[in-house]
Amino acid sequence: MSVLMNRRKVIAGMGLLGLGLLTGCDTRGELSYKYGKDLSDKILGRTFKLKDTNGDVQTLSSFRGMMPMVFFGFTQCPAICPTTLARAAKIKKLMGKDGDRLQVIFITLDPERDTPQVLDAYVKAFDPSFVALYGSLEETAATAKEFDVFFEKVPSGSTYTLSHTATSYVYDSRGTLRLGLSQSLSAQECTEDLLTVMEVC
Amino acid sequence: MTATFSKSRIKQLVLGVSLLGLALQASAQTQVDDAWVRATVAGQQATGAFMTLTASTDSKLLGVQSPAAKIVQVHQSTMKNDVMSMQAVESVVLPAGKAVSFDPHGYHVMLIDLVAQVKEGDTVPLTLIVENAKGEKESIEVKAPVRALNMADHKM
Repeated sequence: MSVLMNRRKVIAGMGLLGLGLLTGCDTRGELSYKYGKDLSDKILGRTFKLKDTNGDVQTLSSFRGMMPMVFFGFTQCPAICPTTLARAAKIKKLMGKDGDRLQVIFITLDPERDTPQVLDAYVKAFDPSFVALYGSLEETAATAKEFDVFFEKVPSGSTYTLSHTATSYVYDSRGTLRLGLSQSLSAQECTEDLLTVMEVC
Repeated sequence: MTATFSKSRIKQLVLGVSLLGLALQASAQTQVDDAWVRATVAGQQATGAFMTLTASTDSKLLGVQSPAAKIVQVHQSTMKNDVMSMQAVESVVLPAGKAVSFDPHGYHVMLIDLVAQVKEGDTVPLTLIVENAKGEKESIEVKAPVRALNMADHKM
């Protein structure tokens, strides 16, 4: 009897697994999100090559198996950047165990002032698992262009600040772009949509 | 000669008394609530200060000073198509009785070229310069507590 039950469980489990593979990763189609923007018809961020704060080169495929959530900003940003990173930390907690697969990636738009040391301390203040990436000015501009991210320096007295796109870009675990999360969404709203992505891949 | 001298002394005296009156009055004219500064990590050169200002008469914030940073500016951030834009502003209108919020989504005070790392638990002195409709200026001293860098926003 118990053998039969176990066998049944195994078969059921295999069936579910197969279903997941079939409906999930092989489907390129749209998912219905409650809050975010479906970006599955866009090809963004496929070829960027930047350094992490240890100096190691990272690409999108470096994060395969994880669900990368990419956000652009700069550490001197007083408002949107810390707010968005704090939201990301909250999302990770709200996702529970699934949050272990969320990889938050912060790409600096201000490599002139954001040194690797500052970047590392900055993102880790929000969550020790967060990764910060940087490149030269040219690499930064090319990466932003690849993501269709707008940014520009705004002179401000003897210094400058930056205007920039505040969207978080979400990829599935196979590196397919899925979702754009606006800065205006709450952690709870983002979490619901992220779990939708995670259900399929 | 002596008459002119004493006249100017009187003028000074009157000015002094009126300034004193202004200073005493000033404390009640613009109310500052819930001021705070976001903490920084070592080497980070700038951060923001946030608060709510309520002026009793139509006024405007002309500027902010602080010994914590070499440059202090008032900025306004705006969102359009999910692009966050930043702009330094000359002044901020404070309509009588209306609470004007300085938060990450609108006006905020930028502390740039920080003298030292701003750590959670410290306090940052800020001096706000507010001018009322009559052109009278008041200085408001604020001791803003420093909150954690990862301080969650009320909108979250």
